[in-house]
Amino acid sequence: MTGSTSKIGLLTEHTRHEIDSWVARFPEGRQRSAVLSALRFTQEQNQGFLTPDLMEAVAEYLKLPAIQVFEVASFYSMFETHPCGRHHVSVCTNISCMLNGSDEVVAYVEKKLGIKTGESTPDGRIFLKREEECLASCTGAPMMMVDHHFHEHLTPEKIDGVLDALK
Amino acid sequence: MSEDAVNITVDGVPMKARKGEMIIRVTDANDVYVPRFCYHEKLPVAANCRMCLVEVEKAPKPLPACATPVMEGMVIRTKSAKAIAAQRSVMEFLLINHPLDCPICDQGGECELQDLAVGYGRDISRYHERKRVVKDKNLGPLVSTDMTRCIHCTRCVRFGQDVAGIPELGTTGRGEHNEIGTYIEASVNHELSGNIIDLCPVGALNSKPFRYRARSWEMTQQPLVSPHDGLGTNLYGHVRRGRLMRVVPRRNDAINETWISDRDRFSYEGVYSADRLQAPMLRDGDSWKSVDWQTALEAVAQGLQQAPKGGTGFLASASSTVEELTLLSRLARGIGSGNIDHRLRQTDFPAAVTPSLGMAVADVDALQALLVIGANLRHEIPLLASRVRKAAVRGAKVSFLNPERFEYLFPVAQYWVASPAQQLAALQVLVAAARGAAVGSEGVTAEHLQLVDSLKSNERKAIWLGALAQRHPAFGSLRGLAAELAALTGATLGVLAEGANAAGAHLAGAVPDAGALNAGQMLTTSLHSYVLLGVEPQADSLVASAAAAVAGARFVVALTPYASDELKAVATIMLPIGSFAETSGTYVSLEGRWQSFAGAAQPVGESRPAWKVLRVLGNLLGLQGFAQSASEEVLAEARALADGAAPQAVPQGGGVAAIAADAVVTDVPLYQIDALVRRAPALQATRDGMQAPQGAQGAA
Ligand code: SF4
Ligand code: FES
Ligand code: FES
Repeated sequence: MTGSTSKIGLLTEHTRHEIDSWVARFPEGRQRSAVLSALRFTQEQNQGFLTPDLMEAVAEYLKLPAIQVFEVASFYSMFETHPCGRHHVSVCTNISCMLNGSDEVVAYVEKKLGIKTGESTPDGRIFLKREEECLASCTGAPMMMVDHHFHEHLTPEKIDGVLDALK
Repeated sequence: MSEDAVNITVDGVPMKARKGEMIIRVTDANDVYVPRFCYHEKLPVAANCRMCLVEVEKAPKPLPACATPVMEGMVIRTKSAKAIAAQRSVMEFLLINHPLDCPICDQGGECELQDLAVGYGRDISRYHERKRVVKDKNLGPLVSTDMTRCIHCTRCVRFGQDVAGIPELGTTGRGEHNEIGTYIEASVNHELSGNIIDLCPVGALNSKPFRYRARSWEMTQQPLVSPHDGLGTNLYGHVRRGRLMRVVPRRNDAINETWISDRDRFSYEGVYSADRLQAPMLRDGDSWKSVDWQTALEAVAQGLQQAPKGGTGFLASASSTVEELTLLSRLARGIGSGNIDHRLRQTDFPAAVTPSLGMAVADVDALQALLVIGANLRHEIPLLASRVRKAAVRGAKVSFLNPERFEYLFPVAQYWVASPAQQLAALQVLVAAARGAAVGSEGVTAEHLQLVDSLKSNERKAIWLGALAQRHPAFGSLRGLAAELAALTGATLGVLAEGANAAGAHLAGAVPDAGALNAGQMLTTSLHSYVLLGVEPQADSLVASAAAAVAGARFVVALTPYASDELKAVATIMLPIGSFAETSGTYVSLEGRWQSFAGAAQPVGESRPAWKVLRVLGNLLGLQGFAQSASEEVLAEARALADGAAPQAVPQGGGVAAIAADAVVTDVPLYQIDALVRRAPALQATRDGMQAPQGAQGAA
């Protein structure tokens, strides 16, 4: 199924350790349930995106066919299967945020970073992932998500503060 | 049973059902139609198409019939306004992205989506957005893809994962970007891969060789039986104006369920290979001339009369029909020759015993322990291997004692790679262990004991000898030991001979008389004459000198569908006979099932069914017993003979013949096993097909 040479070595000690701890939470033989968490740590170790080699490494480590890992990676929006910046930023533009000015937020962020939504900054620092659908934080509209953290009641100053702090 | 039974009502009709059974099973069993795409009786339930929505009383929303278990007192409506509305809405969603290319789609006319769209679809669409387009995948030479047509039922994915054991196909992306594909574009390499063509309810996966060849409504459907292995797989030949256009499964739950192997499905291409023999031909020095049947048959009769008694060798393909073999054997004995055989790849010839699986094919699924000796099972009998897989996945202990490591896509208890000599030694130790020898004595190790224990401690168990065992240089000893081990452990012994009709060949007398020559002998020393029935001596045997031996004869008659180079080089006369699809006949499967079929396609050129040719020959030679006017009469005679024969048992023990430590057995590549598959271009283009023929074997 997979190539002859092992790719497990591509996973760091830490990633493997985390995967092990997730595998242990499921019944014997159900390691497929750990794919999601395994991919999360693998993406983290690789500065924000997955490569075919890494996905194969996860498959090999979990003793699964590569397609089953790829299915999960391509399904969930928190996984990137193409190179991109290390911090993932998405601005919500669903109804509540839109009514509270999310269009201006998007325009401001794009102008500030000099990239369009879907692109990464040339220095690989920020990936302006997508216009997000409602993240269930309407009370704080307009809002954006940065690396799974919510930032609400956005103003240009607040945005500057958040984005400039990203290393 | 009674506490398991529940009473339900479907469309006002009371029905009994098994507790926990899915609604769709009950409605199917009671002929109540519920539309579906993703549900398939032989696959695990996915419930992802939602076409099967039905109304269930007290449930707030319509429920999928394929994934809703029945409960006592359930009231189900499959055709209420609510159910129909739900089904229609699902259909509307499915059609949003489905292309309207039915006129150029091979599935047209036999498409489940097309059929249901007629029943549940609207005549206009409320969607004006663009339809999506999905890039086609290359799945190899057998299956064509038009992935834009896919409706994501995942039947193909589930077949790969749960039946074939190749989880190569999967669903990637999400929502509108959802696609069926492989991880890295790869062809699907599996001996059963063609089944996804039948499973796909739409035209996303179709037969590549059949692409654009015919419309389903132009063809008639004729029952056939697989000519490639002894399982007795039921097929349908689809025939248009006398020509076999494609082959599909004929469901038979006792044998092949709804599946067929790729070689069953695609070998029909070989029926129309360019080297089909069109008319009888006579050798004229180094060239060949076509003659009429009368001239050819007279020449054959004359030639055979000149051979000394016992100077003619009769070699038949193990996929010849009972009728053909009955007449061939009668002809051989009629002219005083007991030299007749069909075991062309065998090298050691112990007492001939009719090969048998020893059990019903359907019971293989329930085996708990199995020892397979000398078999590349997935290649030899693909669908039997798939049943073994079912058993193994359910926990059966399946072990192999094989000359090579073959890939099995299921858990294997023990896999012993052993040379022919080591196989004998291992079996001796296993026999000793079965007799009670402890670990440490007589070479018994913990592994031997474990294997013997798995056979002894389980109730449903078997030991099988495959084709590689039958090619073993000391097959007699191997068989004796296996029989002994079977007796000691209480396992059923199965001998899985090659060819579609090996059992029938034994019953029809296509094995040599005592003292007469067997196939091995006939292919190592030249006789005065030979009669070949569907045989290409070199390609069909493993004897290096086979062609030379036959070429050394004075007179060689080849009854053959093909004017292969090999036959042209050795034969004196070639008589064109019909292939498996062009003759009526009968095969006896390895479970002893007699299955007759009628000729489905028109014979190519002037070829005739071989049984008729043999009948005329018998008459020309003035022999008794060739007066039949229909193949059924020949069959009745064969049947009477077989029924009258004493049941045979495989002899046990009998000593162990000494063989060279470096003796080998040869595995024949999957698509080299018979003349038909060797001529099927699509099969030859697969990964298995590209495996070069073995040493002495020259494919035509
Ligand atoms: S390709 Fe055919 S069988 Fe596979 S998911 Fe699509 S529609 Fe179903
Ligand atoms: S609409 Fe933006 S969080 Fe709900
Ligand atoms: S057939 Fe029931 S959901 Fe597809």
